[in-house]
Amino acid sequence: MTLLSVQDLSIRFRTPDGYVHAVNNVSFDIEEGEKLAVVGESGSGKSQIALAILGLLANNAEASGRILYKGQNLLDLPRREMNKIRAKEISIIFQDPMSSLNPYMTVERQLNEILELHEGLRGRAARSRVLEVMEAVQIPDAKNRLKSYPHEFSGGMRQRIVIAMALLCRPKLILADEPTTALDVTVQAQIMHLLEDIQKEYGSSIMLITHDLGVVAGFCNETLVLYGGRVMERAGTAAIFAAPAHPYTRGLMRAVPNIHDPSATLQSIPGQPPNQTRPLVHCPFAGRCGDSLEACFDILPELSPAPHQRACIRAVEELT
Amino acid sequence: MRAKKIMSSPEFAQAAAEEMINSRSFWADARIRFFKNKMAVISVTLLFGLVLFASFGQFFAQWSYEEIDWSVLGRVKEAGGPSLENGHYFGVDELGRDLYARVVQGSRVSLLVGFLAAIIAVCIGATMGAIAGYYGGRTDQIIVGALNITLSIPYIIFFVVWQAFFGRSLMQMILVMVIINWTAGLLIVRGQVQTLKNKEFVDAARMLGMSDAKIIFKHILPNMLWVIVIYMSISIPEMIMYESLVSFLGVGIQEPNTSWGALISEGAKTMTFGTLWQLLYPAAFFVIAQVSLYYIGDGLRDALDPKERS
Amino acid sequence: MTSEMISVQDLAVRFTANQTKKWPWSKPGVVKAVNGVSFAVNRGQTLGIVGESGCGKSTLVRAIAGLVKPSHGTVRVGGKVVDYSRRKEVIALRRQVQMIFQDPVASLNPRMTIRDIIAEPLVMFFPEMNGEARETRVHALLDRVGIPRRNANRYPHEFSGGQCQRIGIARALAAEPKVLLCDEPVSALDVSIQAQVVNLLQELQADMGLTLIFVAHDLGVVRHISDEILVMYLGGMMEQAPADALVARPTHPYTRALLSAVPVPDPSQRITPQVLDGDLPSPLNLPQGCLFQSRCPARLPECATTRPDLKRDGRHYRACLLEAS
Repeated sequence: MTLLSVQDLSIRFRTPDGYVHAVNNVSFDIEEGEKLAVVGESGSGKSQIALAILGLLANNAEASGRILYKGQNLLDLPRREMNKIRAKEISIIFQDPMSSLNPYMTVERQLNEILELHEGLRGRAARSRVLEVMEAVQIPDAKNRLKSYPHEFSGGMRQRIVIAMALLCRPKLILADEPTTALDVTVQAQIMHLLEDIQKEYGSSIMLITHDLGVVAGFCNETLVLYGGRVMERAGTAAIFAAPAHPYTRGLMRAVPNIHDPSATLQSIPGQPPNQTRPLVHCPFAGRCGDSLEACFDILPELSPAPHQRACIRAVEELT
Repeated sequence: MRAKKIMSSPEFAQAAAEEMINSRSFWADARIRFFKNKMAVISVTLLFGLVLFASFGQFFAQWSYEEIDWSVLGRVKEAGGPSLENGHYFGVDELGRDLYARVVQGSRVSLLVGFLAAIIAVCIGATMGAIAGYYGGRTDQIIVGALNITLSIPYIIFFVVWQAFFGRSLMQMILVMVIINWTAGLLIVRGQVQTLKNKEFVDAARMLGMSDAKIIFKHILPNMLWVIVIYMSISIPEMIMYESLVSFLGVGIQEPNTSWGALISEGAKTMTFGTLWQLLYPAAFFVIAQVSLYYIGDGLRDALDPKERS
Repeated sequence: MTSEMISVQDLAVRFTANQTKKWPWSKPGVVKAVNGVSFAVNRGQTLGIVGESGCGKSTLVRAIAGLVKPSHGTVRVGGKVVDYSRRKEVIALRRQVQMIFQDPVASLNPRMTIRDIIAEPLVMFFPEMNGEARETRVHALLDRVGIPRRNANRYPHEFSGGQCQRIGIARALAAEPKVLLCDEPVSALDVSIQAQVVNLLQELQADMGLTLIFVAHDLGVVRHISDEILVMYLGGMMEQAPADALVARPTHPYTRALLSAVPVPDPSQRITPQVLDGDLPSPLNLPQGCLFQSRCPARLPECATTRPDLKRDGRHYRACLLEAS
C-alpha cells in the first residue's frame, strides 16, 4: 500500500539574484513499512523534499506539484490541519539534535508537551508512554534521566531522545534527515541499529536522507538517487548496489573508498556541483558525465518505469 | 558532446585563458547596494547640503553671529522676524543677533563636535576592543573592567564637573565627550575579533609566520571594517544628540558661541512670546541632520551587513 | 630512500579551562588534550590519524604546526628539533611544514582575491621575488590544483567547497613545503568532490615527494590515502600500524570497535558494530589507568591503575595490557 506519494514536486526559492531551482519535478512513492533512502550530495534538494512534506519550507520557497498522504495533498493543507499531521502521522529527525530540543526544558516536559498537544494524554498515561519510548531508544536508567536537561546528555544520547520524540505518537512515516552525520562512527552504527529495531517494532515507514552510501547499504531496502534536484535512479538497494544503472550513481560508488577493498582506486567525478539558478532544460548531470552524448545537453530524460527506474537516455550496457 | 567538444577545443581554452573574470569586491558591491537605497541617497545629499551650509553659509550672512542689531532690539517680535530686506534671513534672536549667522555657527559646532567626537571615540573603542578580543585573558579583563567603570559614570554630572574645572571651550567639549564615549563600539568589535581570530583563515595567516599586527590589519580588520563603519554612522547622530542635550541644559557650549542644542534651548524659552522662528529654524536643521544621519546608518547597515544579503 | 622527515616524541598539549573556575582567583582546570603521542614519518609517506571527535587529533597537528603550544615533548623536522619558543625557528618550520584546513571556505579570507590569497605565502617566504615572477608562480599553482587562471581575480565565496579546498592547497604549496598537515581536509566536502581532493593530494605527493599527515574521522578515506595509521582516543595513542595490518589485524580493543562500526557500501555485507558502553571521561579529569578503560569490552582489573606503555612489535605499536592475539 502506498503511504505517501510525491508527484511532480518542484521547489524553487526566491532570492535577490533570481530563482534557485532546488527540486525539479520529482515523483516517488513510499510504501507502508518501507525503508527508503534518499541519497544525494549538497544541493541535490534532498532535505527540501523532507521539509516540503512537513510543510516546513522557508518563507521564500515556492512549491508546486502534489504530496499525497491519505488522499490529502499536503501542499494545500491549511496550517492547522498540517500541525495535526506533524508528529502524529509524519515526524522528522534532524541532523543536529540540539536544534530540535529546547535547552531550557527537561526532556520529560518536552516529551509530555508533544503528547498532550497531539493525543491529549497527561499524567500517568503520558508517563508510561514516555517511558516506553525512552526504553525503545535504549536510554539507560530512563526513569531518572527524564528530569535532565538536553545538555546533560552526550551527542548520541541526545539523538536518541530526538528519535524518542519522533516515535512518541507512533507516526506512520519517519523522515530522518542525516540523523547520524554529526555523530561519531561507533555511535552512528548504534543509532542505525536502533532505527532498524524500531522500524521493525513499530512498523513505520522511514525515509532516510543521507549522503553516506555505507549507511544506505546497511539499512534501507529501497534507494532513490537525487542529483541537481532531479531523480536519477530508483530501485531496490541490493539492485542499485549490484548494478547501478545511472552514470551518476556509478560515479558516486566509485568515489567512495571501501575500507575492505583498498586496491580499488578512487575515481572522482570531475567538475563542480550544478548551478541551480536556471531552470533545468537538460540532464543536470550531463556536464560532469563521462558518458554524455550531444543529445544529453538537449533532453531532460524522464524516469523509466519500475522496478529499476532510471533517468538516462543511454542504455545500461553502453555505460562505462 | 557538442558542448564538451567546444569546451575542449584549443581555441576555447585560449579564449578562456585570456578572458579574466573580474568580480566586484565586497566594498564595490556594498556601494552599489547603498546607492540603490533611495532614502539613503536623499539623506546623503541633504547631509552634504548641511555640511556646505555650515562651511560656507557665513559668506552669505549680512551680520556676524555675535553682532547685535540695535535697530530691532526691544521690538524683536514686531521687527525681528525673517526678512530679506534687513538681511536677517532667519530673523534675529532675543538679543537682536542675526539668527541665520547663529544657525550657521551652531551647525558648524554641532557637526564638528558630532563627527570629531564620534570618529575619535569609535577609533579608540574599536582599537581597545580589537586588543581585548585578540589577546584575551588579563588584557581583556582590564579593558572590560575599564569599560564597566566608564559606563557607570553619570555623564551629565561628569560633564558639568569637567567644564567647571577646565572651562567650556570647543576642544574641551570634544575631549570630554570622547572620554565619556571612548567605549563606543568596544564590545561589538571585541566580539567580532573573538570570532574572527578563531577562523581558519587567520590560522592560515599564522602558518605564514605573520606578526600579530599584520594579522590584525590585513586579515581581521578588513573583515570587520563594516561593523566599525556602521557603528560610526550611528554614533555621529548620538554625539550630536549628547552635545545638544548638554547645551540645552546650559552646561555645553559657551555664549556667544552656539550650537543646535543651545539655539533650540533659547528658542524654546521665548516660544510663548510669539517669536516662534527662533525655535523652528534651529530645530529644523537639527531634525534634518538627525533623520538623514539615521537613514544613512540604515542604508549602510543594509549594504554592509552580511546577514542582510541572501 | 626511507629517511625520517618528521617525528614527534612524547608530545603533550594542555589547555587551561577558565570557565571551570569557581572564583576569579581559583586555579583553572587543565584540559589534557594530547597525552604523550610519539610517531615518525618517512619522507614521501603518509601517516593517517583517526579518532572520534574530541580525541585530540586536530590539536595534535595544530601543535606540530605551532598554532598551539605543546606543553611537553619534541618535534623533529628533517632531524632537527624545533624550538617553538623562538619565532625565527617557527617561521623556518613553516617553510617546511604547511597546513590545509577542515572548512575550505572559512580557511580563505573572504575579502581577498584568489590571487592575493595564493600570493601571500610568496610575499612572506620569498620576499625577493618580483611581481612578475610571483604572478607566474600563482598561475602555475592554480594550474597545478586545477583552478582556471581566469578566476584569479575572484573572491572565495564565488567558489564551491571543493574549489576552495583546491585553493587552500595551492596556498599551502606556495611555500614549497616538505610536509603537509591535513586537518580533516575532506570531511566538509561531498563524496564526489572528496575523491577529487584526495586524488589531487595523492598526485601532488607523488610529484613533489611530499610527506603527509592526514587527519580524518572517516576510516575509509584514511585507509585509502595512508601508509600508516595512528589511532587516537582521548588524546592518547592507542595503536599505530601499517594501514593494511591495522585494518586486517587490529589488536587494540578500541581499534576493533572502531573498525566494526565503519559502514560498508555493500548491502550484501552486514556489519555488526561492537557496542561501546560507558561514558567518555572528561579530558579535565582523565582516569589514572588506561584511557579507554571505561568503555573497553575486554577490561582487566589492572587497567584501572596502570597506564599501558606503547609496545612495539615490528612496525606495529599498541598501548594495551592485553596480550596481542
